[in-house]
Amino acid sequence: MRARVYVTLKPSVFDPQGRVVVDALHSLGYGDVRDVRQGKYFEVELEGDDRAAAEARVAEMAGTLLANPVIESYRVEVL
Amino acid sequence: MKFAVIVFPGSNSDYDAFHAASAVVGEPASLVWHKDTSLGGADAVILPGGFAHGDYLRTGAIAKFSPIMGAVAAFAGRGGPVLGICNGFQVLLEAGLLPGAMVRNRQIKFTSKIVPVRVEASDTPFTRACADGQVLQLPIAHGEGNYFAEPDVIETLERDRRVIFRYVTAQGEVTEAGNPNGSIHNIAGICSEGRNVVGLMPHPERAAEPWLGSGDGRLVLESAVRWFADRAAGRVPA
Repeated sequence: MRARVYVTLKPSVFDPQGRVVVDALHSLGYGDVRDVRQGKYFEVELEGDDRAAAEARVAEMAGTLLANPVIESYRVEVL
Repeated sequence: MKFAVIVFPGSNSDYDAFHAASAVVGEPASLVWHKDTSLGGADAVILPGGFAHGDYLRTGAIAKFSPIMGAVAAFAGRGGPVLGICNGFQVLLEAGLLPGAMVRNRQIKFTSKIVPVRVEASDTPFTRACADGQVLQLPIAHGEGNYFAEPDVIETLERDRRVIFRYVTAQGEVTEAGNPNGSIHNIAGICSEGRNVVGLMPHPERAAEPWLGSGDGRLVLESAVRWFADRAAGRVPA
């Protein structure tokens, strides 16, 4: 079973790295870019074939380790 | 009194803290490996600076699960003084022993310099030897020292005087110019509800002797000695 976890900074948190990426894109000629938020992406491979159980388990992993709930939110996708 | 300095793989200021406590302030100190489960009867615990677990995933994210953290949390729960310095502060935040989180410095760059830091409250085990409003010259060396918490948490911290250290200008003013990393309200350090757990991004152990550029940091460790003596003499509630 494979799952993807997307971790992103909460909107209220200032993202300095995203800001740097915007500036770099602008200087490359992509002036139409308004904003970029940088996040993290994990691919988790786990045993078992129960989709619902996998999603619940990976969500638990995300809330406990992969994301810091104070500043980040996450989304789990089971493939 | 005895200091215990926790050592995580990747900690790099553990020996500096050990030296400041034992050779400079002159109290017994021990280095405790993160896989141990006992603090060895320590009276104060220091989580030192560095890059525990290489800052992999997030700073302090993996260190919070180290076996020793159970003993640290229990010690803190009993009112024991715990000082988190830089990476140590990040570990305390990840472990939930202090509220909020650290994000990347607003200016992106890793910043290493001596900055003025104002003591906001002298009623903690690590500021007892300081005066309210006293400005210490302390070195910072971090890429992720930008303190963040939701507005209601910030309000609580300010209302309950739990902001212990604040970045200021040389004139002692709390302004953007005096903020080296973008931290909300220029917050450099905070304490727990019980006031016994203190975290700060600046390095007092790297300013424990004047020849290092500043000897002001010595006061932070001497505060613990004074607090401990005051508690033994009944001048502080146990």
